[in-house]
Amino acid sequence: MLANQIGYYSLVIGVLFSFFVCAASIKDFNSSNKRISQNVLALSFMQLTFVVVSFLSLILSFIKSDFSNETVFNNSHTTKPLFYKISGTWGNHEGSLLLWLLVLTLFIFVFLVKSRKQPKKYRILTLLIQQIIIIGFFLFVLITSNPFNYLFPIPNEGLGLNPILQDPILAIHPPILYLGYVGSSIIFSASLAAITQNYVSKEWGQHIKKWVLVSWIFLSIGIMLGSIWAYYELGWGGFWFWDPVENVSLMPWLTLTALLHCILVLEKRGVLKSWVVILSITTFTLSMCGTFLVRSGILNSVHTFANDPSRGIFILIFLFVLIFLSLGIFFLSHKEKNEDFYNFFWLSKETSILVNNWFMMYFLSVILIGTVYPIFLDVVTAEKISVGPPFYHKLIAPFLAPFLIFMAFAIKLKWIKSKIENRYSLIILFLTSLFLTFLIIKNLSTDLLFYTVLISAAFFLFFTTLKELFIQKLKNIPQTVAHFGFSLLMLSILFNSILSSEIITNIKIGERYNYNKSQIFFEKIEEKKGSNFNSIIGYFKITNENGKIIQLKPEIRIYNQPKIITSEADIKTTFLEDKFLVMNIVKGNEYFNIRYQTKPFMFWIWISVLLLSTGGLISVLKKNYEK
Amino acid sequence: MYGKKVKLRFLFLILILISAILSVFLILQSLEENVVYFQSPSEIKSLVELNNKKIRVGGMVKEQSIVIKSNEVKFIITDFINEISVTYSGAIPNLFVEGKGVVAEGFLKDRNYFFATKILAKHDENYMPPEVNQAIGDK
Repeated sequence: MLANQIGYYSLVIGVLFSFFVCAASIKDFNSSNKRISQNVLALSFMQLTFVVVSFLSLILSFIKSDFSNETVFNNSHTTKPLFYKISGTWGNHEGSLLLWLLVLTLFIFVFLVKSRKQPKKYRILTLLIQQIIIIGFFLFVLITSNPFNYLFPIPNEGLGLNPILQDPILAIHPPILYLGYVGSSIIFSASLAAITQNYVSKEWGQHIKKWVLVSWIFLSIGIMLGSIWAYYELGWGGFWFWDPVENVSLMPWLTLTALLHCILVLEKRGVLKSWVVILSITTFTLSMCGTFLVRSGILNSVHTFANDPSRGIFILIFLFVLIFLSLGIFFLSHKEKNEDFYNFFWLSKETSILVNNWFMMYFLSVILIGTVYPIFLDVVTAEKISVGPPFYHKLIAPFLAPFLIFMAFAIKLKWIKSKIENRYSLIILFLTSLFLTFLIIKNLSTDLLFYTVLISAAFFLFFTTLKELFIQKLKNIPQTVAHFGFSLLMLSILFNSILSSEIITNIKIGERYNYNKSQIFFEKIEEKKGSNFNSIIGYFKITNENGKIIQLKPEIRIYNQPKIITSEADIKTTFLEDKFLVMNIVKGNEYFNIRYQTKPFMFWIWISVLLLSTGGLISVLKKNYEK
Repeated sequence: MYGKKVKLRFLFLILILISAILSVFLILQSLEENVVYFQSPSEIKSLVELNNKKIRVGGMVKEQSIVIKSNEVKFIITDFINEISVTYSGAIPNLFVEGKGVVAEGFLKDRNYFFATKILAKHDENYMPPEVNQAIGDK
């Protein structure tokens, strides 16, 4: 009860502090002092403190199962394990927005502390723009989604958290993803501030690169965690479904990746200034759109949870204000001095980065159209459609091969003017990849030409980066590691999609199901009691064509509150492949519906995303990268 | 006439323009081919002609209609005015229950018979796909 009050009033005080920060920084803006006055820093710190207090009191309410709080009542239950009581704090709409707010205030404070060497006016402007976003979110939380609504009479028991969210990975997925999303807000504010101060320069590039990298790392890992969760919890047996909710997280990732590359050009050559600013604006806008689309219920996705449309309108208005504001600032302060194109030599690192951006923008537009078109059509003609995976595969896969080959060539290019070195070794590597691919592919009954081209392109990148890893000095390590990770990711995904196999059948206890010299034997079931669920564990013995037997024990959980049945897949992971078994019950029937899959290289998909992020991490940690 | 730089920029612009037009054309083209329409049983009844494109059918699973065999599941989707029989072999989501909303993706055999290739799962027992909500709410 008390925690509830404290949480709410901290939020209100937090808004007041936002205005104080604004007032103090406007006053400081024109003062002759060379450094930001301590007042501004102190006020910003106070703002952060109050948001932290508010967040902590929400966590406390969840831990104590204080059902006088509406959010706790809607999303918690006394029998829920402590860990999920805590993670339930951000597993719901109100709490997750409070987390957004927390990260927003945290990041701007870190920015202020970390940017001491930067010009004062630029720092203050960044702070001001960031405060506009923060105030917007404060109002959003307080007006439409207050996490501290009071309930009377106080219920004895809560409604519980959706069981599929009671999962260790999903407990950390939102915070990590938000760190990535919100990190892009700093880039957004900073780039707008920099353009008004005419400070988009090499120095600025060097300073903002860290923020770009950090957001990119968090976003990559956040997306990967979501993907792992979907893989084992939803029981669809895949890691990416081109679902709108997944797409909205991938879109800012694509622009952020493009930005990451452009920042390097800005840092080295001092060109592509406008493009960097445009990418910064786009990334943050897409992150906001992601939140808007997921939270408003507009998206026609199986991922969407029940939600409230009035919130959507608020975010939409807020989004438009931000877009107009940023475009306004951009065009007003944009200098008509476009030295960008003509001192580019056609064969140089900067040109290759431009080409990378073309590809990124193409992938982005495919995903954007695929995600938005159904919404658009629904509004205009009231026709309901969905755009499925074939659309994305068809449009993205053909461009992947040139993209990969291009990446392989671009790795060794130098700035300003370059030539292709070691032609022979490149040709040898290319032929090796082609030959290797052909050897692997020819025994498989797939679309031969298509996959040969794609896989050999991926192998080509794989070998070139691998070679780089061995021969080069430490100079380009982050780049090589990240690109090596990407090639590994592509290879794993491609082989995974060709070599996966799946058996779906309905089976009774004690029955055997035979296929291709293999057998699935449903031995027995066992019932067990968990803290807030009862579970039925199935014992399966699977004999493969070589006579090897493995045992898998998928589980069906029947949660007490809310009464939901979930399936927990049993996955045996090895270096080469995952064996995946999930079972479902159909009410009042003796048959169990099972899905058995072998999924090669799943492990490597996760590893390669980690490698990709590691590349970024090394770059953050390394001071004089590419000197 | 023009400087080399101007020419180069011009070339660059044209290249961007062409690739932009091309990609938009490509995207729209394959959008046309790969879109899955959503229909309710009543809309299917009133279809003038049947084609063999993939569609989605949404509504409620009729009470007492689920029949399970070892290799397939049969059930009836209803919007309380018309109904359609569905045959399906594949993974069944946990929230596939009689009397609850369902979306099935697949092909029409005729106006009364649907061959499903996928049944969509949901995350929340209170959640209903917007289409189902509307298909039922309209009536």
